[in-house]
Amino acid sequence: MELICPAGTPAALRAAVDAGADAVYCGFRDETNARNFPGLNFSRAEMAEGVAYAHARGAKVLVAINTFPRAGQLGLWHGAVDDAVAAGADALILADVGLIAYAAECHPAQRLHVSVQAAAANPDAIAFYVEAFGVKRVVLPRVLSVPEIAAITRAAACETEVFVFGGLCVMAEGRCSLSSHATGQSPNMHGVCSPASHVSYRDDGNTLVSRLGDFTINKFAKGEPAAYPTLCKGRFRTGIGAGYIFEEPVSLDAAEMLPGLKKAGVTALKIEGRQRGRAYIASVVASFRAALAALEAGRPITGAGLTAMTEGQTTTVGAYRKTWR
Amino acid sequence: MPSEQPARRTAGHEEAAADMPGRVPLVVQLALRPLPLLPLQPILAATLKAVLANHPGIFERLGPHAGKRFGLAPTDLPLAFLLESLPRRPRITAVRTLPARLDVTIRGSIAALIGLVDGGYDGDALFFSRDLVVEGDMEAVVALRNAIDDAQIDLVREGCGSLGPLAAPAERLLRSLLPRPVTDPGAMPWN
Amino acid sequence: MELTLGPVLFNWQADDWRDFYFRIADDAPVETVVIGEVVCSKRMPFLARHLPAVAERLAAAGKTVIFGSLALVALERERRQMEELAKSEDLTVEANDVSALRHLAGRPHAIGPFVNIYNEATAAFFASRGARRMCLPPELPAASVAAIAAGVPDVTVEVFAFGRVPLAISARCYHARLHKLTKDNCRFVCEKDPDGLAVETLDNEPFLTVNGVQTLSHTVMNLVGDIDLLRSAGVGALRLSPQCCDMVAVARLFRDVIDGRREAGEAEAALAEVYPGAVFANGFVHAESGVRRVGA
Repeated sequence: MELICPAGTPAALRAAVDAGADAVYCGFRDETNARNFPGLNFSRAEMAEGVAYAHARGAKVLVAINTFPRAGQLGLWHGAVDDAVAAGADALILADVGLIAYAAECHPAQRLHVSVQAAAANPDAIAFYVEAFGVKRVVLPRVLSVPEIAAITRAAACETEVFVFGGLCVMAEGRCSLSSHATGQSPNMHGVCSPASHVSYRDDGNTLVSRLGDFTINKFAKGEPAAYPTLCKGRFRTGIGAGYIFEEPVSLDAAEMLPGLKKAGVTALKIEGRQRGRAYIASVVASFRAALAALEAGRPITGAGLTAMTEGQTTTVGAYRKTWR
Repeated sequence: MPSEQPARRTAGHEEAAADMPGRVPLVVQLALRPLPLLPLQPILAATLKAVLANHPGIFERLGPHAGKRFGLAPTDLPLAFLLESLPRRPRITAVRTLPARLDVTIRGSIAALIGLVDGGYDGDALFFSRDLVVEGDMEAVVALRNAIDDAQIDLVREGCGSLGPLAAPAERLLRSLLPRPVTDPGAMPWN
Repeated sequence: MELTLGPVLFNWQADDWRDFYFRIADDAPVETVVIGEVVCSKRMPFLARHLPAVAERLAAAGKTVIFGSLALVALERERRQMEELAKSEDLTVEANDVSALRHLAGRPHAIGPFVNIYNEATAAFFASRGARRMCLPPELPAASVAAIAAGVPDVTVEVFAFGRVPLAISARCYHARLHKLTKDNCRFVCEKDPDGLAVETLDNEPFLTVNGVQTLSHTVMNLVGDIDLLRSAGVGALRLSPQCCDMVAVARLFRDVIDGRREAGEAEAALAEVYPGAVFANGFVHAESGVRRVGA
């Protein structure tokens, strides 16, 4: 199985390649990609340099252009596709049907992957993209159990890629407007979820209060692990009970599921976190490289030991085990 | 909340301690308290100059946030730093207390703050573990974090570079006081 | 400009559900009605026994009847149900997932608000495969709606104009989770909240609404004051999403404003009486936070 690693900056790309990534995914520094965060991502020149660095060391570069182009302003997204192809990208990761159609028509030789943002959660959805555009791989949503992943992979007419570590979307990806409801900025349109521009923290020495836009998302007692105020991982109140009604601020760590994912026929394993620093990338990639080596050698896989890197300082195998639901 | 808890791991005390930065020992904190700040200033200026010379692209990544004022407050030292990210001539100043009306204030142990700059620690991880407290313009914080993470600054080397013949011993001394960057999650804890 | 009544998103008692549509058939000035369970496949069997009678009654009243497909298709059973529906050539189907579009290609169909159509290129691609109606994602601003409508002149472009806004869908059931139940053994607890379960912040600000696997806004989308804007954007139909209020009255008020018989401000005040406690919002269409109310 290939190990697909995130890179938000050229330094992170080099760290991922050096730590043993089979492929690195990254995006341009604008709203064409779903990690459109301040100070992050690649200029055109940096992308070309990154591709050269990776290729020289036998690694691939996958360029994510996985937001949904703004109506009437398709040029920015078409330009990103053209420039990624020109930079020598090994594959483009796309979500919007219109943009996939453009890439398939204008760059028929370019390998195309369906982004997790396209929410292709079953074999018919995957077949839609394969039949219409000849895509070679689909990144599966983080809402499936391992048996479901196996069934989909068996029925799929292309390769599958699944997330094994990092931030966990509890809502179907690419189909969530919680962020734009509260802030006007959405993953689909602006490439951000719960954006930093709308985040505030107040720490009075005892309680840390996190807010997004006009809404309190969480309150942390002194010493309690904190979390970014991502809407779906906040504490809320209902008539039935209060707390983390959608999901705790946990991160996905599916290291222990690697044997099952291999058996399921999954082609590639993806690590989330283009917004994270070099320290995270180097640790996580090295850890999964070791886990994969253990898997190949038939040794038991110990946990990735990365809990301290994670939000809420807690990890879960998420939906991969069905009790999550 | 759900009756069936999915399998999950929570950072135990030891694990968190292994991965997280230490604090300056109290005896050192007390020793530093009476020292004047003035001699620090040329070292800070030289460090910044070296960083800018070695990483000319750093302020480009800040984009619209260049020019904002960041306060860096080590919680285990009796001083703080004011970073003014003016595009042409950025400044860093040592102060006893941070001025009011900053764009951003970042508090944490000096080890955490240095680890953040030289990439030894992941900023998000420090925040999640409450080792860093961040207040103010979060977009500017994220931009600064990403800019310095990409720049791959070796703060200790670049800071000591201005000390001439003392550079090498100073670097050795500082490194012995600071935690090793955590790149291997299984690394031994520093203490 | 037409009116469409969207599918009931909440878990209503089957008899209430049937009676609701019978009244819509008899009294509501809407041209099109979308029926069927689109949120949770576990609710489908309860509605199935009333579905033929409801479809018949609506059709007899002159309404165009469209069958909505499930928004999140994951289980094999769900996939078979979706395929069966999509391949029923005598029905008009509204696809709420691209997997349904695979089976609908080549014959006229509708696309619901759960399929991502954010621009004219995507709309044109779907139109070329037979989509005749498209209800756009609720978060789209008017400028995007206008560019899409201009790009597909033969398609009836619809926008979500009334009701709590569907914001997210998940494989996890939040109703079951709150009641400490598993999704597979949920005891259909979502039926206790026919207008959704209110979610507040820790500071007691109303925020969201939970409906099983779906999360909606607490605010109620109300575009009655934006009808001129939408008409000039090329919108051909407004979607009214059923809530626990008099939806016939809601439809009449929208109809009156569309036909110029009533001022928007007056209709808005009347809607507040029809749906007491509703907090109206229209931020999305004005490119603002969905929770905002612009120009009231």
